[in-house]
Amino acid sequence: MLPDTLLKESLLLPEDAVFRRIIPAGEYFFEPILAGQTCRIVDVEGNQAADTLFYNAADPAERYSAVDTIRNQRNIYLGTGTKLMSTEGRVMLEIVADTVGRHDTLGGACATESNTVRYDLEKRHMHACRDSWMLAVALNEKYGVTKRDITHNINFFMNVPVSQAGGLDFEDGLSGPGKYVEMRAAMDVLMLISNCPQINNPCSGYNPTPLEVLIWNPA
Amino acid sequence: MIYSTTLPGGKHWSFTMRRGHLLRLIDIEGGANAGMLLYNPQNLLERYNAPDTLKCQHTFFLAAGNCLYSDMGRIFCSVIADSVGWHDTVCGTCDAHLVAQRWGTLSYQQALNDWRQNGRDSFLVEAAKYGLGRRDLAASVNWFSKVAVDGHGNMRYQPAHSPAGSHVDLRFEMDTLVLLHTCPHPLDPAEHYPSHPIRIEIDQAPPVAADDPCMNAAPENARGLRNNAIYHQHV
Repeated sequence: MLPDTLLKESLLLPEDAVFRRIIPAGEYFFEPILAGQTCRIVDVEGNQAADTLFYNAADPAERYSAVDTIRNQRNIYLGTGTKLMSTEGRVMLEIVADTVGRHDTLGGACATESNTVRYDLEKRHMHACRDSWMLAVALNEKYGVTKRDITHNINFFMNVPVSQAGGLDFEDGLSGPGKYVEMRAAMDVLMLISNCPQINNPCSGYNPTPLEVLIWNPA
Repeated sequence: MIYSTTLPGGKHWSFTMRRGHLLRLIDIEGGANAGMLLYNPQNLLERYNAPDTLKCQHTFFLAAGNCLYSDMGRIFCSVIADSVGWHDTVCGTCDAHLVAQRWGTLSYQQALNDWRQNGRDSFLVEAAKYGLGRRDLAASVNWFSKVAVDGHGNMRYQPAHSPAGSHVDLRFEMDTLVLLHTCPHPLDPAEHYPSHPIRIEIDQAPPVAADDPCMNAAPENARGLRNNAIYHQHV
């Protein structure tokens, strides 16, 4: 269990949101969030991984950087107060509410190719986050994002503890039904989510379920 | 030996390693940091993937027995020997802003080749020679540097981690474009800009034996090498 001090609830009401969308497991979400807007991702049924990337909408070559984010805060877990840093060292968004306690940004996303290594070569046909992202960039050329820009992501709701000896493993989630993470955009960003279809490890509780995205305008 | 050279501290280079060749990096003085990124020269979109490398081997760092994976489920290279025991791949690299803030700017005009270069610009200079740019950079390796975490996930840089003469041996499992710099680790708290040379030795690697420590370190690595074999059509 994590200390309750890591948890922070939001005061925003779903009925005030200007945007709401359910993302079924195995599908993508690729939409802009404007500077000042607040975005919430809800783990609707619990134990679901949201594999998430951010791009500067005006210059997608500037993107979320996992290594700059953890180095900036000197801590490998993301939670309330985490500034999501870009590859250019700028703050893209800040996590302003979180009812889970910590989120992973070391484990990366599943891909059909890495699935062959992690599980079995003959599982290469099973759906994976990277394929959802590939379809997302192929069907949304307007955003100027391609495979070159697909990189080291955030896994919201995913629990990847690192031991002091340097072990790293995927464990059952700290998340649960209705838990959420909320962040405020410091620049106009594109948010690309794969709602993880992985059924070979506990990241989605072996049972992938929907996520919901809500967006509020600044008060 | 095919080739050997010394890369002074705060410098950068790029070169192609052939499949079956060995790259030995030596921390001549101790305290060095060698930033590295890897690409497939036949498909530059295929690149070193730190998260896949870590999760496939259930580790937070690199050491002997580990393989370095691409995003396509293949192995660029295997760490067949290592005298250090911990190499960082989650802290990224220093940029111009970080160097200026921590150690102050020292331009080429001021210091000629003793100028204070940074890792990000070093990667960009080498990457641009192959048509690559900002979009193609990724989480790099920082050979010879250690950053561990405590029970709460707080990161601690370990000073004086790599003694003089430390080395790491990389056996390349496919042709690989290597971008390399010797700029400081981004968490190095040293008072003065750290500038430590790296000795680079390139040679033939011994063949992969049935008892190879990297292939046998985990079933994942055997499957990764199988993906390489399929790629090379030596099934």
